[in-house]
Amino acid sequence: MKQPVDTQATRDAAKKARNGRNIALGLGLVAFVIMVFVVTLVRLGANVAHPHP
Amino acid sequence: MSKTLAMTPETAQPDTTETARWQDYFQLMKPRVMSLVVFTGLTGLLAARAPIHPVLGAIAVLCIAVGAGASGALNMWYDADIDQQMRRTRGRPVPAGKVKGEEAASLGVVLSLLSVMFLGFAINWFAAGLLAFTIVFYAVVYTMWLKRWTAQNIVIGGLAGALPPAIGWAAATGSAPLNAWLMVAIIFFWTPPHFWALSLYVTTDYAKAGVPMLPVVKGAKETRRQILIYSLLLVPICLTPVLTGLGGPIYLAVAALGGAVFLILAWRVFASKAGDAADPRVADRALYDVTEDEKAAGSKAARNLFAFSILYLFALFAALLGEAVAGVHALELLK
Repeated sequence: MKQPVDTQATRDAAKKARNGRNIALGLGLVAFVIMVFVVTLVRLGANVAHPHP
Repeated sequence: MSKTLAMTPETAQPDTTETARWQDYFQLMKPRVMSLVVFTGLTGLLAARAPIHPVLGAIAVLCIAVGAGASGALNMWYDADIDQQMRRTRGRPVPAGKVKGEEAASLGVVLSLLSVMFLGFAINWFAAGLLAFTIVFYAVVYTMWLKRWTAQNIVIGGLAGALPPAIGWAAATGSAPLNAWLMVAIIFFWTPPHFWALSLYVTTDYAKAGVPMLPVVKGAKETRRQILIYSLLLVPICLTPVLTGLGGPIYLAVAALGGAVFLILAWRVFASKAGDAADPRVADRALYDVTEDEKAAGSKAARNLFAFSILYLFALFAALLGEAVAGVHALELLK
C-alpha cells in the first residue's frame, strides 16, 4: 500500500477532512430525522382527515 | 470481457483516504447523472397529473435521486479498474485513490437500502420496487455483466437510466400506465445514439480499457449505421405522447422540430467518417482512408449529435413538465 508521508501538514489535512466528513454525516442524519418526522406528520394528517373505514 | 484488468494493489488503493473530503464521497454518486434523474423523475411525477402532497412529492424525487446516486457509487466501486484506464474517468474518487473501493461499495449498498425502504414507507411499495429494480439493473446487470460482455451494453443497460419517469409516475399514482412507459421508451431509444455519438470520438479510450463499446467491437461504420437506425426509431416514439394524452401542443412542436434536427444530425454522422481514424480495422482499406479534414469533420458531426441529443431530451421533458405545471391540456389525437 502506498502510504502518505506523515507530516504535520498531512495530519492537519486529514483532521480537516475528517471534520468535514463528520459535519456532512451529522447534517445528513439530522436531515433524515426531520424528513421522517415531516413524512409521518403528512401521512398521519392525511389519515386523520380522511380515515379509512 | 471479464474483470481481468484489475489494478495491482499498488495502483488500486493508495491509502490516502484519511484526507478524503465529503465532496469525494458525493462525487461517487455521480451528481450530474443524479441531476438528470431528478429532472426526469420529477417530470414523471408531475406529468401523471395526480394530486400528491408537495412534501411527499419532494421525498419521492429525493429517494429516486439517492437511489440513482447509490447505483453510481456501486458502479464506481466495481468499475475502478476500467475507470483508471480512461482519461475521462481517471480522476474519479476510487481510481484516484481518494476513496477506498470498499467504502464506495458500502456507501452504495447503504444508500440503496435507505432510498428504497424510505420510498416504500413514505410513498408506496410499487414505486419502491421499481427503484430497487433500477438499482439492481444498473449495478448488477449493466455494470457487472453487460458493460464488459456485449457491444449492446448501453442499449440494454440504458433501461436503468430510462426508468426514473416511471418511478416518479408510480410515486404519484401507485401505478405505471402506458404514458409512463412512453417516457421510459423515449430515454431508452435516446440512449444509444447519444452514447455512441460520444464513443465515436473517444473510441481509443474504450478500446484501451477493453470495454466492448460498439465502435471497438463492430467498427465505426456499423456504429454510424446503428446511430441512424436508433434515431429513426426514436423520433416517432417521441411523437407518440401526443397520440396518447401525455403531450400537448408545446410538446408536439418540440418533438417534431427537435426530431427533424436530430435526424439531420444523425444522417450527417452516418454520412461522415466519424470514428474511422481510431478504428484499426479500416486502417488498411483505401476506401476508408481518412484525411485530417475528414477526421475533423466526422468528429464534429459526432460531437454535434452528442450535444444536440442532450438538448433534445431536456427540451422534450421540459415541455412535458411545463405543460403539466401550467395545466396545458394534453393532445389525444388517437381519439
